[in-house]
Amino acid sequence: MSTPLIRLDRVRKEFGRHVLAVEDMSLTINQGDFISFLGPSGCGKSTALKMIAGLLPVTAGTIQIAPPEEKVEQDLGFVFQEPTLMPWGTVFDNVWLPLRLAGLSRRAARERVRAALVEVGLSKFEKSYPRELSGGMKMRVSIARAMVTRPRILLMDEPFAALDEMTRSKLNNDVIRLAHEHRLTVIFVTHSVFEAVYLSNRIAVMAARPGRVVADLTVNAPWPRGEDYRVSPEFSTEAARVSQVLKGTLHGDDIDH
Amino acid sequence: MATTSTIDDGDSGAAAPVNTAALARARRQRILAWVLPITTLAAAIAFWEFWVWYKQVPHFLVPAPSRIWATLMVDGPSLMRSAWFTVRLTFWSLFLAIVGGVLLGALFALSRPLEMRLFPFAVILQVTPIVAIAPLILIYVHNTFAALLVCAWLVAFFPILSNTVVGLRSTDHNLRDLFTLYRATPLQRLRLLLAPSALPYFMAALKIAGGLALIGAVVAEFVAGATGANTGLASRIIESSFRNEIPRMFAALVLVSLLGVAIFLMTSLASKLVLGKWHESEIKRES
Repeated sequence: MSTPLIRLDRVRKEFGRHVLAVEDMSLTINQGDFISFLGPSGCGKSTALKMIAGLLPVTAGTIQIAPPEEKVEQDLGFVFQEPTLMPWGTVFDNVWLPLRLAGLSRRAARERVRAALVEVGLSKFEKSYPRELSGGMKMRVSIARAMVTRPRILLMDEPFAALDEMTRSKLNNDVIRLAHEHRLTVIFVTHSVFEAVYLSNRIAVMAARPGRVVADLTVNAPWPRGEDYRVSPEFSTEAARVSQVLKGTLHGDDIDH
Repeated sequence: MATTSTIDDGDSGAAAPVNTAALARARRQRILAWVLPITTLAAAIAFWEFWVWYKQVPHFLVPAPSRIWATLMVDGPSLMRSAWFTVRLTFWSLFLAIVGGVLLGALFALSRPLEMRLFPFAVILQVTPIVAIAPLILIYVHNTFAALLVCAWLVAFFPILSNTVVGLRSTDHNLRDLFTLYRATPLQRLRLLLAPSALPYFMAALKIAGGLALIGAVVAEFVAGATGANTGLASRIIESSFRNEIPRMFAALVLVSLLGVAIFLMTSLASKLVLGKWHESEIKRES
């Protein structure tokens, strides 16, 4: 079960000479983990995620990702805080993009793009433009795009922070379902304790100035989860426990987060 | 929200009942958008005609529209030759402004140092009134058409350059990261990301540059005072003014205006065709 997939070894990130965004972060993420990076703004959780994705170079330390068994166009899906869709393209065009960049024609990619859209419940909207969709739907297009290359790893950078509560909990369930069905390893960045507890089986609590991991918690609840967990007393207990740990990491001036 | 229609997150089953009243209103709005300007224009022309007749304004001061029309008919062939000259001049300068502006803009967007080096020249050329530079250009460039072309090009070129630079630089950062993640080649990045991102800026510049190219062409010809068989509308205006042929001045002026309107309509249409489906500037709001 616990095959190491991603290994961070004393990863450090400095911006300029004075800002230490991530300080010596060491973490092993196993295959099938659903891990949340939880912490206040400025704790380097997004920076860590971008380094794992290879979008930011590390200042020091190493990040190793076990090579995939079967070759795919991109083994790593990334979902940004905003939907980040190309406004000039239809939903189809946007989901096609990763395959298109890998050289697949529209025709060759069609089946896979449609399959990815079915997964997120948007099969009827492939001809729509992003501006015609609601915030939650745009996010689902973004998820379909990340999934279209059939990655093992899904990185999500506070993807639902800007959405309303209803849409957010719906998307939470979608992500759990996708992660379960495709046996994804998910790293989910969030500043919401409830979201982290509901979604993940593991939580890396991070603190700011300098950004670092202060606790590596296991969420004591069976996974995958459903709405009944959200209203269960176990959920409240876990959330209270994680909140306590998080609170312990905050400096006096961070309490407002 | 400026979106035309937002589909709800939930299952969108039955479509909303068609609101016939709203549809009729939208239809009426569309028709009015054409009818109002055209009727107002026609009314203004009719009033002009009436006023000249009523006050007996001499035609060497203000000719009646009917007289301008008659002049257009009589001098038509020769005026058309001049108009064709101006059309060629305008469109060549616009074309060269697009080529030069986009190429240089792309270079600037690629290299900041290059931009810092060359930008002052672009600004100096832009802010110096074309009327002031034109005499020099006419001395240095012997072919009149080429000299006029340089003048018109100078005027039309700058908005394309600056907007292309801004457009290429304003690409969404996350989209750039996305292209990096999926290992896009530089060519893919240019074609699928940078060019579409810059397009709205470019189209806005095109609308401005189209008008400026015509202004440049006319002003340059005024300065050149070009005479002879191969001359544009501006020369005809000067020539008619020397001969006190006011109706012909107006006739040439009408042609210049029509050309300007045509360019405006063309660039607007191009913008609508290119951006209509996705960009806010070309999307009609539902009231």
